[in-house]
Amino acid sequence: MSQPAGALPGWANKALLPALNIISAFLVTGIVFLMIGESPIEAAKIMLYGAFGYQEGFGYTLYYTTNFIFTGLAVAVAFHAGLFNIGGEGQAYIGGLGAGLACLALDAYLPAWILIPLAVVASALFGAAWAFLPGYLQARRGSHVVITTIMFNFLASSLMVYLLSHVLKDPGQMSSSSREFAEVAWLPFIHNMLAGMGISFDESPLNVSFFLALVCCVLVWLLIWRTRWGYELRTVGSNSTAAVYAGIKPAKVIIWVMCLSGALAGLVGVNEILGVQHRLLLDFSAGYGFVGIAVALMGRNHPVGIVLASLLFGALYQGGAELAFDMPNITRDMVVMIQGLIILFCGALEFMYRPLLVRLLSSKAA
Amino acid sequence: MDFYVIAVLTLDATVRVSAPLILAALAGLFSERSGVVDISLEGKMLAGAFTAACVAYLANSAWMGLAAAIVVSWSLAMLHGFACITHRGNQVVSGVAINILVAGLSIVLGLVWFHQGGQTPNLPNTARFTEIVLPGAEAVKNVPVLGELYYELIGGHNILVYIAFAAVPVVWWIVYRSRFGLRLRAVGENPKAVDTAGISVAWLRYRALMLNGVLCGMAGAYISTAQNAQFVRDMTAGQGYMALAALIFGKWRPVPVMFACLLFGFLDAVAVRLQGVEVPGIGVVPVQLIESLPYILTVVLLAGFIGKAIAPKAIGEPYTKER
Repeated sequence: MSQPAGALPGWANKALLPALNIISAFLVTGIVFLMIGESPIEAAKIMLYGAFGYQEGFGYTLYYTTNFIFTGLAVAVAFHAGLFNIGGEGQAYIGGLGAGLACLALDAYLPAWILIPLAVVASALFGAAWAFLPGYLQARRGSHVVITTIMFNFLASSLMVYLLSHVLKDPGQMSSSSREFAEVAWLPFIHNMLAGMGISFDESPLNVSFFLALVCCVLVWLLIWRTRWGYELRTVGSNSTAAVYAGIKPAKVIIWVMCLSGALAGLVGVNEILGVQHRLLLDFSAGYGFVGIAVALMGRNHPVGIVLASLLFGALYQGGAELAFDMPNITRDMVVMIQGLIILFCGALEFMYRPLLVRLLSSKAA
Repeated sequence: MDFYVIAVLTLDATVRVSAPLILAALAGLFSERSGVVDISLEGKMLAGAFTAACVAYLANSAWMGLAAAIVVSWSLAMLHGFACITHRGNQVVSGVAINILVAGLSIVLGLVWFHQGGQTPNLPNTARFTEIVLPGAEAVKNVPVLGELYYELIGGHNILVYIAFAAVPVVWWIVYRSRFGLRLRAVGENPKAVDTAGISVAWLRYRALMLNGVLCGMAGAYISTAQNAQFVRDMTAGQGYMALAALIFGKWRPVPVMFACLLFGFLDAVAVRLQGVEVPGIGVVPVQLIESLPYILTVVLLAGFIGKAIAPKAIGEPYTKER
């Protein structure tokens, strides 16, 4: 993303500008609330309570957060290499397929401590494979990764509908879903683990993949800012011609970055399929891939920012569910709208306030 | 039914499915030819569909619905321009934002206004674009072969279908024969040259986006007030992306784009017809495979395995005037 001329002090660039953008997004949200005759303050209170006010709600918030960390990291890693991976949706879907296939095939034979790592690896590998082709085509054949990943989202959805209605469908079920996995394949829920330690916590879908997500954040940070690979990746992202002169092969970098991005998105399958659903079903990745774009933009592609942005979106998702329950005029779609506004203000209109700030701050200095 | 009738009916369905794709793909053509990537065809169509259904219901007029759809879609196109041209924002991000915003907002507003779970009320035929019976169609209906063709395939569509197909030569003329079109193509390839000639890059791109908005609004209105009789959640169902694929498949040229839309529409019509049908020698063809063919074909084309799709050179790059 290009930066218009005119210098801004670091704090204005890093804190003030993003803050103004987020405030704008929420202001417009408030206006929509007023338009439909609901109080935005009241709504915010309900959402905050729903997301953080009681144990089950908080568990749900962190469970959504887990998904968003995975997809947010996926988008961010690609962004650093100058690639826009819109395919998180499809990669998450196929990642779940990988985890599901591993469990369906092996849950009768293997103990949990082999099966679960295997399934985690399978979901990452499947996600990576689904991103490999767009990456390969961008690097070697010059077809744009944005377009191919969009196409691959649709292909993933068609493939899953076919598999779940013809191949993997549980004959005993009316809906298109596979059989339930044996219990060895289930990831431990946090409330069960806490109960084991003598702490009582209300039931929620929150499971250990939350910790996997945090580990991924640390690993991504290390990779991007502390390794040679990360250096190559950022060089390709900021100037791929210069990268060539530095002896870096952009094509190679593009391919493995896309694979890594897809693998991270694929891990959504771990949280959803191994952690919560315990079976393969349709549309479990509903929208998480797209939220990842908002999360990455808001978190400025940095793992810490991504965790915070994921928490915000987790709270919005869970609080939105609470809101839909309390205010009959509102559904979860309100959260989708807020997500759109955040992408608009924090992403597309990122620099809208910049000229204004430059003028204000420089006049003060002078 | 004999084979000929099936063929005519399938082609008839093809025309119906293709019409909104053609409108949206031509919309994308203006935008992308001017150098602005447009992922938001989907969102603008959805917004158009929603607005058309609301206004057509309230005003009991399909034309009012169409006009409102065009206004709303045009405004979204201007928002895209404001973000991408004026503020040099990332064009893909802006498109994604519009798509997601509309997907949420249409349901939020629909729910509050009509209390039907985000749907709009059913439209009476007076508030829809209904089929036009061409002169003499009833009379020749029973003439073998040609009568069928005239009655089903050429006639019996709503006005927007004819507008969509008529738009193809018009767009062709604008792009290849008008002064605006020459500048449009130039600004998508080399904006600096256009700027040097004293022509405003931003204003050219804004005008391209205006045309884009108008066409997308028509495509949206088609879906909710001609093809269907109400708005339902996510009713464009990826047709905006399909149109984008057709635009690429047609290599950003009006006539090939129309044929790409017809091809994709045909595949859709065939998929519906083949649902659960045993094809001799092959068995049941999975419908999902046929449905995903447009995407597969586009990916293969983009990869350069069947011809080469070369995008306008300056596409996706915000233009910064040198100081």
